[in-house]
Amino acid sequence: MTTRIDTRFAELKKQGRSAFVTYVMAGDPDLRTSLDIVKALPKAGADVIELGIPFTDPMADGPSIQAAGLRALKGGMTLKKTLELVRAFRKDDDVTPLVLMGYYNPIYIYGVDKFLADAKTAGVDGLIIVDLPPEEDDELCIPALKAGLNFIRLATPTTDDKRLPAVLANTSGFVYYVSIAGITGAAAADANAVGEAVARIKRHTSLPICVGFGIRTPEAARAIAQKADGSVVGTALVDALKNSLDAEGRATAKTVNAVAELTAALAQGVKGAKQAAE
Amino acid sequence: MTIAKPNSYRSGPDERGHFGIFGGRFVAETLMPLILDLEQAYTAAKADPAFQAEMNGYLKNYVGRPSPLYFAERLTEHLGGAKIYLKREELNHTGSHKVNNVLGQIMLARRMGKKRIIAETGAGQHGVATATLCARFGLECVVYMGAVDVERQQPNVIRMEMLGAKVVPVQSGTRTLKDAMNEALRDWVTNVHNTFYCIGTVAGPHPYPTLVRDFQSIIGNETKAQMQEVEGRLPDSLVACIGGGSNAMGLFHPFLDDPTVEIFGVEAAGHGLTQLHAASIAGGRPGVLHGNRTYLLMDADGQIQDAHSISAGLDYPGIGPEHSWLHEIGRVNYLSATDDEALAAFQLLSKLEGIIPALEPAHAIAKVMELAPKRSKDHLMVVNLSGRGDKDVPQVGDILRGNSK
Repeated sequence: MTTRIDTRFAELKKQGRSAFVTYVMAGDPDLRTSLDIVKALPKAGADVIELGIPFTDPMADGPSIQAAGLRALKGGMTLKKTLELVRAFRKDDDVTPLVLMGYYNPIYIYGVDKFLADAKTAGVDGLIIVDLPPEEDDELCIPALKAGLNFIRLATPTTDDKRLPAVLANTSGFVYYVSIAGITGAAAADANAVGEAVARIKRHTSLPICVGFGIRTPEAARAIAQKADGSVVGTALVDALKNSLDAEGRATAKTVNAVAELTAALAQGVKGAKQAAE
Repeated sequence: MTIAKPNSYRSGPDERGHFGIFGGRFVAETLMPLILDLEQAYTAAKADPAFQAEMNGYLKNYVGRPSPLYFAERLTEHLGGAKIYLKREELNHTGSHKVNNVLGQIMLARRMGKKRIIAETGAGQHGVATATLCARFGLECVVYMGAVDVERQQPNVIRMEMLGAKVVPVQSGTRTLKDAMNEALRDWVTNVHNTFYCIGTVAGPHPYPTLVRDFQSIIGNETKAQMQEVEGRLPDSLVACIGGGSNAMGLFHPFLDDPTVEIFGVEAAGHGLTQLHAASIAGGRPGVLHGNRTYLLMDADGQIQDAHSISAGLDYPGIGPEHSWLHEIGRVNYLSATDDEALAAFQLLSKLEGIIPALEPAHAIAKVMELAPKRSKDHLMVVNLSGRGDKDVPQVGDILRGNSK
């Protein structure tokens, strides 16, 4: 199977550049604004979109993304509405890869088979489910692959060479390398250490490797783009969104632009980077 | 769906940490290598007689075990039915059953060369036990506690600080135990290389539910021997309160394959099961949180709901996965007691037996007040008195004087 993710990374490889992957929370701060933001991301230079599924207890995320999830939930966001958002986005954009990122419980409660069918129909290309390690592949990973969705696994600094094959076994689309042992939005990633880790993972797989956690600025995104097949930015975009809200946490006229402008600046950083030699 | 009865209720979990559909390992990849290391270290420790011998030494001379099995004569007379025995876990060093498990985990941490210990706590009993053993073995200790619980459990916060632990009030979410657990997991993800996460109950990713159960099973093993000595036979029923369920699992587990023993777990019904409560089995359904699949309180969209109990130690929207399995398979009867019932039991035990229980086991006593009168006079009932009430005295005092609710 070839998904939008595979197609996009093949194109980028031809162009000799690294991908810029953006993360925003679905429904933050409300469904309408969130849809406008997601629509604005490809125009501002995002190559791949990660869309967060709001969850009350995001244990691998930092305060910014946790707060974004709670804002979305307060605004009435659900997994069902997250899929509606994807469907609405697909009306105008049939090429930008879109990956849902979140935790397992909302999907488990929705029902795995129904979720996979609905996600595929809505236009989702892949899943990143933080709390499903390869040890729990039967839950969602294997059914997702059968349903034609990519299942993107996280590899981390604690994933050693012995464990990497297990982590990569059922991974598809790309590998998400978590650049630091920590939560989202924490300490900055060290580009050299990331370069070594990417090289190490590349010895085990031919999949593209995108790097996230700790990338906040165009310079940092550029440094990572020189070492990896993609850089992921989430917390910085979520913070830009938050800073545009009014005192009650509602969207303002500035909100969509605040995210789009930072996306454009970060995309410039990534696109200015020369691809590191393999 | 009917579930086939197993040959033994004590053989679980399977090698992947599953009790039926419950349990498992639902954590971020960063933590997986650590959890696999822990499992290996635990398997090795279990097979090492030196580990057991060292632990037995501390259990006897530091914790003060065995804890007595006390015949509650006045409570028995008052209720007019079953003969009620209290397993006196509140007499342990640090004032609750929590110390049994913490001792085991700290000994494991030392074997693994970890110098920094983190823990989460609700009522503070697990935090106090962890701070105590960290002091004893010279380890750095950080305890995460919901900001709401920091307020209502001041005596334990002060104790932890006196013992040298850093208590971190958690301001996120509902600011109670569930959020403290999220923060502890975040700390662990960030400090994986030098940190051991000492989980306080029979929940979390495999192997925690198993190892905590094993360390707490000393409660049931002693009860079995003590009852044999006093009455010459097994008890007829067991009763224990359940938040995550570690004191209950410790008492129950050694008796699971004794079919004549009736077993009752008591959840916190808070303001009542149709209102705010913490009864995950009575009011929840299976879901995935904090590393395991188990009964959880949640909304239709799988979002975790706030739990409520008068007792900070029971105020958690989940329950250990083995309890979920024992419920579905029908081996243990799960009941619930409200805040008001627990308060009444708290006062009754204090006045009749001169024992002020923690609000957690007061929930178990509340159900004993219902169950015991319906049983015959030769029925032997054991209640796990999992902790003493010193920490709850200010809170209960305020309630009884009408200053708060």
